[in-house]
Amino acid sequence: MSPRVTFPNKILPYLLIAPQLVIVGIFFYWPASQALYQSVLREDPFGLRSTFVGLANFRRVLSEPNYINALQNTAVFSIAVAFVAMAIALLLAVMADKIIRGRGIYRTMLIWPYAIAPAIAGMVWLFMFNPAMGTFAYMLRSSGYQWDPLLRGDQAMVLVIAAAAWKQISYNFLFFVAGLQAIPKTLIEAAAIDGAGETKRFWTIIFPLLAPTTFFLLVINTTYAFFDTFGIIHAVTGGGPGKATETLVYKVYNDGFVNLILGDSAAQSVILMVIVIALTAIQFRYVEKKVHYG
Amino acid sequence: MAEAATQQSTAAALGRREQGAMLGISRRSRYIAHAILIVGVFIVAFPIYYTFVASTHSLQTILRPPLPLLPGEHFFDNYYEALFGGVGRIGGVGVGTLLFNTTVMALGIAIGKIVISVLSAFAIVFFRFPGRMFFFWVIFITLMLPVEVRILPTYKVMVDLGLIDSYTGLILPLMASATATLLFRQFFMTIPGELVEAARVDGAGPWRFFKDILMPLSKTNLAALFVIMFIYGWTQYLWPLLVTNSNDMNTIVIALRKMISFADADTEWHLVMVTSVFAILPPILVVLFMQRWFVKGLVETEK
Repeated sequence: MSPRVTFPNKILPYLLIAPQLVIVGIFFYWPASQALYQSVLREDPFGLRSTFVGLANFRRVLSEPNYINALQNTAVFSIAVAFVAMAIALLLAVMADKIIRGRGIYRTMLIWPYAIAPAIAGMVWLFMFNPAMGTFAYMLRSSGYQWDPLLRGDQAMVLVIAAAAWKQISYNFLFFVAGLQAIPKTLIEAAAIDGAGETKRFWTIIFPLLAPTTFFLLVINTTYAFFDTFGIIHAVTGGGPGKATETLVYKVYNDGFVNLILGDSAAQSVILMVIVIALTAIQFRYVEKKVHYG
Repeated sequence: MAEAATQQSTAAALGRREQGAMLGISRRSRYIAHAILIVGVFIVAFPIYYTFVASTHSLQTILRPPLPLLPGEHFFDNYYEALFGGVGRIGGVGVGTLLFNTTVMALGIAIGKIVISVLSAFAIVFFRFPGRMFFFWVIFITLMLPVEVRILPTYKVMVDLGLIDSYTGLILPLMASATATLLFRQFFMTIPGELVEAARVDGAGPWRFFKDILMPLSKTNLAALFVIMFIYGWTQYLWPLLVTNSNDMNTIVIALRKMISFADADTEWHLVMVTSVFAILPPILVVLFMQRWFVKGLVETEK
């Protein structure tokens, strides 16, 4: 980070940052610390007494096959969603940057799903691919393919990945387009005059200069796949069939709010926090060295 | 962008064509680009179009796949029934109430979030003070502490503060998050130090700098952020699910989920689809309306 020119005030910055810190403190850190505290307690079924059990909750959770299953599901789901959504969006953004006529129309047509709630995206996809009455399910079946996401776990996973990635394409597209427009045209012209072709210009100039956008989107997409897609899972599969689409977040919700196993749910929350904080710290440290903020 | 493109004078269009030639983008590769974009548009827009189509067919038609590709003739029947017939599954609450709740929540979150994150990003980038990086990380980490990982304790805080079934409860906790702060920080860091120096030499304090230099420069980002945060508020799922108990405080997304039952066959899909259209339409309009403004900002910075 380059040294910056700054204002010399001593008190003002604290006042500016205070509102955010107050809200973050009350609604983020206090509950998170409560989760931390509960994760080492065991409550009786009536919630009357709780005893300190150390790391027993963690040990039980981590040795549970269901938890390992949820961990694997989350990994597959997040990687697939982030990759598919970012790759398609980048491809479309680069194409939109090339053409002369109709840019606006394409953009207008492409940003719609961005405005749609993940849960609704899930419901719409389920509506199309629902084995009972979905049009596409009907078409798949009449072409001889055994399509039933309500019974087959792998197909359910494909369905939620498709819905989640579909919804995120627009967001990524918007940011990639903005990123592409921010690249100085003179740089690209200079490369063109020097005889660099389109593909070469993309990988040697455009893609590296897009790094801040890509980095930002990588963080956002991972977070999105981890958390914001809860609505899709909850509305479309409910974690099923079996436990084929049960992600870590869904399991936390299910164990805590539906099954009311507080200690286990809290322990899972804590594990989830650790995983995600580590992931972000790595991404941030690693990528910040390679991107330039201009 | 459509308008921006059409509004452009012939001279500008010629300039662009020249630029295209200069960049050595061949006619052929532009045709390929169009083809790829058309496929992309189809994938992206079709499910939304199909939702609208489904909302204009009778329940019987919907339950007998395949659904026609063109709208049916039950448009008025279905929309009238959803708007004035009351929807049984969600306690007879009208779509109007749901839309009002969702609008209040989305606007509150969008405005509140922008205000507090602009202020904190301003503090982090343009001041040096003890604990600066610590505070940055404190805010940054909240990106990784969404509601989903602290469901029960947050619910308990809401109960203790008496915020269940209130607009404050729906809005306040969602006002803080790292996304907007991170974005403004990234943007503020691209502003040359010379500007700050010039402002200081001219005797402008932080407030003057903020009001007269930083905010005008951030217009595009503010507009973009407003769109993002409005949509964020509109599409919330887990949070309204937790903090609203009564049907008349529901947001439209939650109400929609309550209307659907995949297990039994008595889901009134035609009404579900009408409600989906109402849930989808306002945020889409915001995106399309703000897009002009947003793109205008982009075009201006390109000059």
